Amino acid sequence: MKYLMLKHYRGGPEKHPNSRSPMDRWTPEEISAHIAFMDEVIDDLRERGEFVDAQALAPRGAFVRYDGEGRPPVTDGPFAETKDLIAGWIVIDVESDERAHEAAAYLSSAPGPGGQPLHEWIEVRPFLGDASEVTG
Amino acid sequence: MNLPLRDLVPQVLGVLVRRGADFAAAEDAVQEALVEAVRRWGNEVVEDDGRRAGEDDGAGAAGPADRTGRPADLKAWLVTVAWRKFLDARRSASARALREVRVGLEPPSGPAEQTDDTLLVLSRCCHPALTPASAIALTLRAVGGLTTARIARAFLVPEATMAQRISRAKRTVAGERFETPGDVTAVLRVLYLMFNEGFTSASAVGRRPRATAPAGGSERAAAPAGQPVSARVPEVDLAGEAIRLARQLTAAVPGDPEASGLLALMLLHHARRAARFDAAGELVPLDRQDRSLWDTAMIAEGVDILQRALARELLGEYQAQAAIAALHDDARTAAETDWPQILTWYDELLSVAPGNRVAELNRAIAVGHVDGPRAGLRVLAELDAGLPRYDAATAYLREMAGERAEAARRYAAAAAAADSAAERTHLLKQAARLNEKAATT
Repeated sequence: MKYLMLKHYRGGPEKHPNSRSPMDRWTPEEISAHIAFMDEVIDDLRERGEFVDAQALAPRGAFVRYDGEGRPPVTDGPFAETKDLIAGWIVIDVESDERAHEAAAYLSSAPGPGGQPLHEWIEVRPFLGDASEVTG
Repeated sequence: MNLPLRDLVPQVLGVLVRRGADFAAAEDAVQEALVEAVRRWGNEVVEDDGRRAGEDDGAGAAGPADRTGRPADLKAWLVTVAWRKFLDARRSASARALREVRVGLEPPSGPAEQTDDTLLVLSRCCHPALTPASAIALTLRAVGGLTTARIARAFLVPEATMAQRISRAKRTVAGERFETPGDVTAVLRVLYLMFNEGFTSASAVGRRPRATAPAGGSERAAAPAGQPVSARVPEVDLAGEAIRLARQLTAAVPGDPEASGLLALMLLHHARRAARFDAAGELVPLDRQDRSLWDTAMIAEGVDILQRALARELLGEYQAQAAIAALHDDARTAAETDWPQILTWYDELLSVAPGNRVAELNRAIAVGHVDGPRAGLRVLAELDAGLPRYDAATAYLREMAGERAEAARRYAAAAAAADSAAERTHLLKQAARLNEKAATT
């Protein structure tokens, strides 16, 4: 089963104290250590045969809406009113909810300031399967 | 003749078109023949490694095949197979079309047309009617001889998407006459963009881009990046491909100083590739690179090509940019950089390419080094603050001026607007470094 592990710039339940400080307030070494951990997570998922995709999103973007023939699209500015902002995702293909949650928890243990785990919230969402896959 | 198969692609394409095949169908047929070659003999036979291709040296031009079963005359093999693929496709498509093709059959081209064909095919693939992304993809396939799967991998899109992009591109240029070479300027632009595409990614040094950190609490934090691609398809070094194609172009138009200037520019940047990323895959800026890792032979070649181009006294933007790159390459340490000369070249560059916004930003940095950071910041103030990398340039000059806190803020803002993970990490670390200093002093 495939699962989406979502990272957020903002939004989600209340943050753990370890994940409250913005990254430019970390030391350069702490940033490097964090990135190395993320790379290892992905390498590990690859080795386990569970990795599908990982992408990062830039913070900029806009909400756009069709507003009728011949009229310019309506845009809601760069996420003006949203509480939530997605930073990126990893897609994994694993056996169970339990394994997906385990992988997300490990991802959430990425080191932050002082090398302490960030305890960052990771949103885990199963994909709706393809109907053709569930026959028989 | 021991050219690798890939080098023969534009020539073979030229032969098919001269025999009466239309460009789009001929290009498909050559691609199928290449895929067949990979299937039979592996990727080595089409690869660009001259030493590998040299294995065929002993076989002799007329020999039937070497011990691996490869034909000695790869070009003849490729023409035969591509032509057969073309006829097969036509036969299945329409019997009437086949008869028309036979009527149009012409004698094969002579050797003198080989470089001409490269130019013809290049200028068609880089036609100004195409978007850069389409032109780059089509060029990599029709001139570079890469398979669709490898091009798709280079751009991280599904193979079917890339196949469709290429076939749409071919439809766009279908009406163009093959006999008249198009715009060399458009070819230069596409090769330049292809090089940049490769130069800005870590895959240029054979490492996959590192996943970047998504950390909590910050709206500026980065997030992970990976590659949803099959490991079985060999990776493409886009910067290396661009250099290869620029070499083919300069062979086709030896008298064009801008073509030579572009090749020199690429070589003078590519020579630094081993120093551009550290062991962890993170970006290292020019002033902090280990210059002993620079490829001095490649620098020497670039300088030589550039000097011969400049001697023609027809300055263009690629020659001017190459001159700036050469001056950076010439400095043994960052402190020895000849900034006054670099500034002169930025002025030259802007006189031949007045709309070059990136050059304007970089010129401000050069002014900062020559006349001091305040002067550099005054130049920046005249420019559009919405330019990409404006914040990064400001941050750089603010730090030079000793304004660490403001520099850190600007680096953090630049990180939030960065369009690659490697660049974002680098900028974030610059901000972090300055904030850390501010906290301890």
